[in-house]
Amino acid sequence: MSIMIVILGIGGFLCLLRIYQGPSISDRAVGVDIMGILFVGITALSAVFYDLSFLMDLSITLTLFSFIGTLALAKYLQKRSLDD
Amino acid sequence: MISPIGWIIIWIGIGFDILGAIGLVRFPDVYNRLQASTKCVTLGTFGIMVGIFLLKGFSPMGIKALICGAFLLLTSPVAAHALMKGSLHFGTKMWKGTVMDKYGEDKLNGKQIEKGDK
Repeated sequence: MSIMIVILGIGGFLCLLRIYQGPSISDRAVGVDIMGILFVGITALSAVFYDLSFLMDLSITLTLFSFIGTLALAKYLQKRSLDD
Repeated sequence: MISPIGWIIIWIGIGFDILGAIGLVRFPDVYNRLQASTKCVTLGTFGIMVGIFLLKGFSPMGIKALICGAFLLLTSPVAAHALMKGSLHFGTKMWKGTVMDKYGEDKLNGKQIEKGDK
C-alpha cells in the first residue's frame, strides 16, 4: 500500500525538478499545477490506507484550491489584473 | 468480488500519474509538457478516485471520492486550457521542431482571435 504513495512522491519530485530548472515561467506554472493534482492523489490514497473519511474532504478542498491557483497563474501570464 | 477491480484501476491510475510526471520532465516544450501532463489528471487521479469508489461502495468515503472525481473532471481541463492560452499571450517560445502555428499566423495577419484582449 505504501509503495503507491512512494511512487506518487517520486512523481512529485519530478515536478519539483521541472519547477527548479524550468526555462520559462509557464513551465513552472505547469509544474505547480501537476504537483497539486499528485498531492490530491496522495491524500485520497492515505484516506483509504488509514481509513479516515475526513482526508477525502481535504482532497476535495485541495482540488478546488489547485484550480483557483492555476487560474490566478494563467491570469498573471496574460498580464491582466485579477478582477478583470 | 469488486475489490480486485478497484485495486487494478487504482494501479492503472498510479501508472498514468508517474508517466505524466516523466513526460513533464522529458518533453521539450511547455505545450508538449502540458499536453502530456494533463493525462495524469483525467486518467491518473480520476482513476484513483473511481478505484476508491469501487473499493468503498456507497459509504461516505466512496461518495466523497466520486464528488472529488467530478470536480477533477470539471476543473482541471479548464485550468489547463487557461494556462495554455496564458502561455501563448505571454509569448513563450515554441520548440524549434514545431511545424504548425495557426494561432500565430492569425495574429500576424491582423485577425485577432480574442476580441477583448488588452
